Amino acid sequence: MSRSSTVILMGLLGISIAGFFILNLLLGSVHIPVDDIIGILLGRDDGNMIWRNIILKSRLPQSLTAMMAGAGLAVSGLLMQTVFRNPLAGPSVLGISSGASLGVACVVLLSGSIGGVALSKLGVIGEVTITLSAIVGSLLIMALIAFVAQKVRGNVTLLIMGVMIGYIANAIIGVLKFFSAEEDIRAYVIWGLGSFSRVSGGQTSVFIILMLLLLPVSFFLIKTLNLLLLGDSYAKNLGLNIKRARLWVIGCSGVLVAVVTAYCGPVVFLGLAVPHICRGLFHTSNHAVILPASLLGGASLALLCNLIARMPGFEGALPVNSVTALVGAPVVMWVLFNKRKNDV
Amino acid sequence: MKRDETIKVMGLDTGYLDRKHTTVITRDINASLFSGELTCLLGPNGAGKSTLLKTLTAFLPPLKGDILIEDRPLDSYSESDLAKVIGVVLTERLNINNMSVDELVGMGRSPYTGFWGHMSDYDRKVVAESISLVGIDGLRGRMVQTLSDGERQKVMIAKALAQETPVIFLDEPTAFLDYPSKVEIMLLLQKLSREKNKTVFLSTHDLELALQIADKVWLLDKPHGVTVGTPEELALNGAISTYFQRDGLAFDIENRLFKILGLK
Repeated sequence: MSRSSTVILMGLLGISIAGFFILNLLLGSVHIPVDDIIGILLGRDDGNMIWRNIILKSRLPQSLTAMMAGAGLAVSGLLMQTVFRNPLAGPSVLGISSGASLGVACVVLLSGSIGGVALSKLGVIGEVTITLSAIVGSLLIMALIAFVAQKVRGNVTLLIMGVMIGYIANAIIGVLKFFSAEEDIRAYVIWGLGSFSRVSGGQTSVFIILMLLLLPVSFFLIKTLNLLLLGDSYAKNLGLNIKRARLWVIGCSGVLVAVVTAYCGPVVFLGLAVPHICRGLFHTSNHAVILPASLLGGASLALLCNLIARMPGFEGALPVNSVTALVGAPVVMWVLFNKRKNDV
Repeated sequence: MKRDETIKVMGLDTGYLDRKHTTVITRDINASLFSGELTCLLGPNGAGKSTLLKTLTAFLPPLKGDILIEDRPLDSYSESDLAKVIGVVLTERLNINNMSVDELVGMGRSPYTGFWGHMSDYDRKVVAESISLVGIDGLRGRMVQTLSDGERQKVMIAKALAQETPVIFLDEPTAFLDYPSKVEIMLLLQKLSREKNKTVFLSTHDLELALQIADKVWLLDKPHGVTVGTPEELALNGAISTYFQRDGLAFDIENRLFKILGLK
């Protein structure tokens, strides 16, 4: 693909983000005129507090969260697919999101039975606790994976280890559920459905700042990622320290998933689908192109999914996970059908 | 052109080191490689050709003995230093898609490019020259997955050239190719050793081709270890006959060809 068409496609992705972002602000179960939305965003105080609250406390943070989460998951999925040279790899394969779930399950499900207070009733403190426990859980699993990565040679072995760790985490969650109060289980299940609107108020800015700090780190890995495409032996011969490279890529990817999962729950599919869609669009494996493309594509697709989940009629009740899979899966299948043989 | 000793192997044992036991594949290898020469590593299946190559390229640690590369021990090289001294072409089939020949050969410049992998004008010039030298100018824009096995092998050789290393190691570069392509690749490698004064070392199963083109031959066999010599020497002193002769197969020393005698 020529340089100019790459730039044009990149531009189109950028425009789609802007478009979906505006639609996310405009559309919703409550109709608010465009003029008033602009007024509210510019800080004009027109008096309608309800509209103000809807835009500033709901639609805007939700859109920003969706954008950042989508970008983070897509980049994380791309890193996983490259480091494991496996097109089916995604943020969830290494058990990192299971780790987050385990952390949340421990806190949510055990708080009732041990502390005597159901965390699901604690409001903001409960929310912060859930976020922290998800981050701690996924980082613990990631440390375990990173440790294993230093010990085992093959990528497939590491991949299987990750899947097994995920199974163990899920099994423990199952046991925890068995001993928990019904309302706690409900709180846990709702967290597990994934949502871009769970993040509220001050937490949104924390999440966005975290992502703005973390996403650029992946750009430092472009040369490493391109070398990893050649396979371990060629990469090593070209001067790459394979173990260190693996650790960096898995670490970067893992922290992104950890943070996104902590704030939005385990959002599936975006991480797996977006890199495939971008490879199909850009016809290249060069990470200097495909990494920014995935970032933009992830943000755009997440905004689209959020928009659909909020369509009139669903009233925001549709879980994000159902939408991401329903929108993403056909797109990936379309991309696969349309591409030339051996293109994956 | 002056022929320097670029690689010196002394008392080398190769094999695999496990947590519990070591598996020795070949013992006590003493030999050298010289610049401007094409050296072929010959030996039956399972003799340890790949293991030896992997050990010489630092993919595997040596079990015993010393390897000197340009008068420096192999283990004193950092990964990035070694990347500027030895370029490799491996047997493993590349599983890359959507990467152009230009980009792939450009990867050979990675040891020299900076943090972002940005290529300078000089880097681009080296890539273009490497591609021309191998004779694949017509393939530059093609995607790697659309190439034939022979073309792909040439791309990987161009990658090794772009790496600008004095030494190039190739693990069975002629496997999977038809006969004309085998000859073409071997002649290309011979040309590179002559024109660029490179040390070219390759393992192969194409005995007759190797004996006709190689400057030196390393014969590898488990009981004998490595026997080094020019093809003439090895043919005349009977080393080749001892290594490869079986019932029903004879080596014609004069023509450097094998004759199938048929069953008795």
